[in-house]
Amino acid sequence: MKQQFQGYLRADGRKGIRNTIVVAYLVECAHFVASKIVAGFDDNDVQLIGFPGCFPNEYAARMMERLCTHPNVGGVLFVSLGCESFDKVRASKAVSESNRPVETLVIQRSGGTAKTVATGKEWVRSALTKVAQVERAPMGVDELIIGTICGGSDGTSGISGNPAAGKAFDLLIGEGAACIFEETGELISCEDIMVERAATPELGKELRAAVEKAERYYATLGYGSFAAGNAAGGLSTIEEKSLGAYVKSGDSQIMGLIKPGDVPPKGGLYLMDVVPDGEVRFGFPNISDNAEIVEMIASGAHMTLFVTGRGSVVGSAISPVIKICANPDTYRALEDDMDVNAGAIIEGLRSIEEVGQEIHDLVISVAKGAQTKSEILGHREFILTYKTFEPIGPSCLPTV
Amino acid sequence: MTGPFILLHPNDNVLVARKLAPEGTNVELVSGVITLTQAIPLAHKIACRDIAEGERILKYGMPIGIATHAIAAGAHVHVHNIRSAYTPTYALQDANGQSAEVSS
Repeated sequence: MKQQFQGYLRADGRKGIRNTIVVAYLVECAHFVASKIVAGFDDNDVQLIGFPGCFPNEYAARMMERLCTHPNVGGVLFVSLGCESFDKVRASKAVSESNRPVETLVIQRSGGTAKTVATGKEWVRSALTKVAQVERAPMGVDELIIGTICGGSDGTSGISGNPAAGKAFDLLIGEGAACIFEETGELISCEDIMVERAATPELGKELRAAVEKAERYYATLGYGSFAAGNAAGGLSTIEEKSLGAYVKSGDSQIMGLIKPGDVPPKGGLYLMDVVPDGEVRFGFPNISDNAEIVEMIASGAHMTLFVTGRGSVVGSAISPVIKICANPDTYRALEDDMDVNAGAIIEGLRSIEEVGQEIHDLVISVAKGAQTKSEILGHREFILTYKTFEPIGPSCLPTV
Repeated sequence: MTGPFILLHPNDNVLVARKLAPEGTNVELVSGVITLTQAIPLAHKIACRDIAEGERILKYGMPIGIATHAIAAGAHVHVHNIRSAYTPTYALQDANGQSAEVSS
């Protein structure tokens, strides 16, 4: 039976599973004022996002546009200091063309902190009324985009949580969903087995090139995508971590390679290349897990499956995060933060298939409006930094 | 899946702890029974046979690194005796080159 639920219909035809107003600061200097505007509103209705830098960056501009026109977003308030380089006119135009309520407050022209906060709160209150009237429409699993990442990985991640997430991906893709896996820096040593799953030989070449780029990038930086806690949790090398991370992609054919902000054109499995193009310029590709989650959301992810072994507690602005705990000891310690106990697989109490089915069913419930643990706790983390990307090549996407 | 360790793939030369295996635990390997000389935490690895210096470490049937020393059957396999074939591993280490939380 095809699962259906009520989505929020947007002017571009896409549908959301949440309906939030985002307040976006356009430079760190406006962060405090934006956070004061958000304070006091319900976490589900009004959320804070932003970009800290004062220098212009095409990636950040594009990400902000994609995020502010994400199907889970109903309206946008931009908060500018006034002298930063971020192109607020372009950002505002993109949102207004998407038929969403949008306003830009410039602190230097709005009378400073207190007056801007008061004006901002007033705008948000009136926008909440408008946003609540957005049209609902039936939505199916085949209209969902689901991302997956792993963070705080340990030696259990690759044995329980990631294979179970992979199983859930296979089920969702079977029902027509688009699923995205990522972190090419955590696929190092998996190139050979991964390219065999590419839909076309040309795509296979692109997948290999993306991982080789990651390998060069991290070699220049001198660190792999590997934290001290990974080693404490039993992982000894990046290739061991990679193999564990790779299995969360499941067994489906790989349909395409996208970069942050590219939206999958149809259902199926996609790899997201998160490592910047060109010379190493702005430091580490993603400085922490939420940077990856934000990129998934910019590519349209309605929610993200987050597999953790050591125990991450984060959620995200805009799209819910489902936390899958791979390690049974961590699950017992952090049960209030975890949606799924995949550690039961390690203890021999449940099968990978059973936990994969549980994750799949939870995705449907969350799409219907059920809140994840991190949503209930009020986690709405967000981080966006500098990067540089070239557009994807012609062989990267399936023909629609 | 019984006992404290699991063999993930028949070609592997390491076993993975399914739970904390205390020092003194007897583990049955192909070559005979060995006794753990240190506690092995959940998800850490031991050698399931003698491994020579320079030999590839196999887990999930796939290479995960290279032995930097000879490793005896039953010994802890980790950042102190294997290395990546790609980028070096960053770990918070004590003087013995072991991750600080390993001996817990």
